[in-house]
Amino acid sequence: MTDLTRPFDDESRLGVSGRMVAACRAENRAALVGYLPVGYPDVPGSIAAMVALTQGTQGRGVDAVEIGMPYSDPMMDGLAIQHADTRAIERGVRTHDVFSAVEAVAATGATPLVMIYYNLVEHYGARGRSTDPAASVRAFARDLANAGGAGLITPDLTPDDAEFWTAASDEFGLDRIYLVAPSSTDERVARTASACRGWIYSTSVMGVTGARAQTSDAAPRLVARVRSLAPDLPVGVGLGISNGTQAGQIGAFADLAIVGSALVKELIAAEDSGTNSLDGLRALVDDLAAGVRNSR
Amino acid sequence: MSEIVSGALPDALGHYGPFGGRFVPEALMAALQELSEAFEASRNDPEFAAELADLQVNYAGRPSPISEARNFGERCCGGARILLKREDLNHTGSHKINNVLGQGLLTRRMGKKRVIAETGAGQHGVATATIAALMGFECRVYMGRVDTDRQALNVARMQLLGAEVVAVEAGSATLKDAMNEAMRDWVTNVDTTHYLIGSASGPYPFPKMVKQFQSVISAESRAQMLDRFGVLPDAVCACVGGGSNAIGSFAEYIGDDDVALYGFEAGGSGVETGEHAASINGGSVGVLHGTRTFVLQDDDGQTVESHSISAGLDYPGVGPEHAYLAQTGRAHYEPVNDDEAMTALDQLTRCEGIMPAIESAHAIAGARRLALRMLAERPDHRPTILVTVSGRGDKDADTAMRYFGVHGDVDATTGRMS
Repeated sequence: MTDLTRPFDDESRLGVSGRMVAACRAENRAALVGYLPVGYPDVPGSIAAMVALTQGTQGRGVDAVEIGMPYSDPMMDGLAIQHADTRAIERGVRTHDVFSAVEAVAATGATPLVMIYYNLVEHYGARGRSTDPAASVRAFARDLANAGGAGLITPDLTPDDAEFWTAASDEFGLDRIYLVAPSSTDERVARTASACRGWIYSTSVMGVTGARAQTSDAAPRLVARVRSLAPDLPVGVGLGISNGTQAGQIGAFADLAIVGSALVKELIAAEDSGTNSLDGLRALVDDLAAGVRNSR
Repeated sequence: MSEIVSGALPDALGHYGPFGGRFVPEALMAALQELSEAFEASRNDPEFAAELADLQVNYAGRPSPISEARNFGERCCGGARILLKREDLNHTGSHKINNVLGQGLLTRRMGKKRVIAETGAGQHGVATATIAALMGFECRVYMGRVDTDRQALNVARMQLLGAEVVAVEAGSATLKDAMNEAMRDWVTNVDTTHYLIGSASGPYPFPKMVKQFQSVISAESRAQMLDRFGVLPDAVCACVGGGSNAIGSFAEYIGDDDVALYGFEAGGSGVETGEHAASINGGSVGVLHGTRTFVLQDDDGQTVESHSISAGLDYPGVGPEHAYLAQTGRAHYEPVNDDEAMTALDQLTRCEGIMPAIESAHAIAGARRLALRMLAERPDHRPTILVTVSGRGDKDADTAMRYFGVHGDVDATTGRMS
């Protein structure tokens, strides 16, 4: 078993978001990451919800917000996030709205990370006629850094095709969070980990996003495999966490517990009830935040 | 083009110059690697080649003939020699069988028992369901709700073949959304399942592999041209949605500099209206469904819905090798709008007794336009144009009757609506 009280040895691997994880480890707990898409139920409403994520009801919430940018073809996402993405796009969300959300999250003291499908990055500012993807990726990185963002989580970009993003993230000091999966070979885990800065995202099950009744035993096995190949890199686990108990189970062996669809479902329920109340969201955040604190 | 002909492109990561690649979740990378290895091993395996050749001949009915469209050439194309590569005569009624036979054999070699597919017109879904029945695979086909409605005959065929057809309601409920849903299924079930992509698009190795299995079209046609006509065609024409029949029709001619290559995209109501599926003519470079290529997208890079009367061409992207062939100028891509395609469908059917699929009718219309242009430029040379009829039109009878009911009759000589 990995000693989860040992400090991370290599500061250079931690970037911005990894230092936040190291601070949580010093408190003997996992970091809590909450995902919400910008633009759902609308842009101001989504930003209010993200701020609520950082607060819960007691002023104690997530350590980092994974700010999702809705995309027309979200092939890693299940029904809840697809539903919210579709509404957000119909209601006119734009890529630059991400930066308003980043600024708002940064102002709370939580760490803002952005989850975005790659075409939107490669097309940023190109107004539909991109001929220079490297310039678009650089412009996105510049604006993300200026807004106070820590880095990107890229569900459909692996280090194999990340030439432009690698250069831009180095130039602007941003974190690169890539995903690994139970199906990843050791060779790919090692290569992906060496391309990451901040932490590495382990998808706990094979599948798309969505809350599941049980978390999978594939998660601890994958985390152990990642740690043996990249001992200095924090490891996050996501896909399927829906309550504080599950967050605690994950937090017992992972450095970050990532919750997405369960939070989005709270917003969908609030909209469907006609209230857009954030009470349900805040209560879930309380449960999750308690979960990661009671996990070790 | 020497890089394509020599095999230097695509590179080891599937790039055709700036196009191609593998923009997919990491969870799929191991499966793509496994597939690449199985595919590359099969290319040097005489046993695989023999098994595939046997299926092509004795199951699919290959080689498909070349038919000379004399009436159509004389009445509609200014006397040009129009030759039809008859992929419509294959088992299941289209070129799609070529690819599924190859991928089916690879699926068996990889020890997988379940195949999934996306389909627009239903031709690829029918072909996949067919080899699933033949080879004993469980089969699920994802199809947009809009397409299950307009291609009901093919839905019934797939179900009779034992496949489960899932109508996808998400997004525009057409081919791109079916592909998203198939990708999600694959991410979840990748250990047991092969995603049998029918288009020459998607992440590497699909564009290369689909081309390989479809290149039987041009391997045959090139030999048939030399044997029977003693010349290569002046131009090869095919319709382009994702581009599988076109890349197969072009493949063996890419090194023949004197053979012009023309792909005809779905122009819908006209590229200028924004209601079309012409990714090369009306799109811009982007990443969609795992590959960098020409994409229909808005200012931010959100995919824009495509529009075409043809379900099989109604896709907002195109295979990356087509993007490369377009950028380098080796192949030319032009839009053909709905009305031109339907006019050509009517003309070919009445002149030759061959009813093409609406997809293929785009290639027929494009060939007619090209013939008239070539004759205007060089009146002393009677051009020889080889057109791939990628599929037969039975599935489109309802759409065609509705279209002609609304739009009136077409004058077969002038191509104008009366």
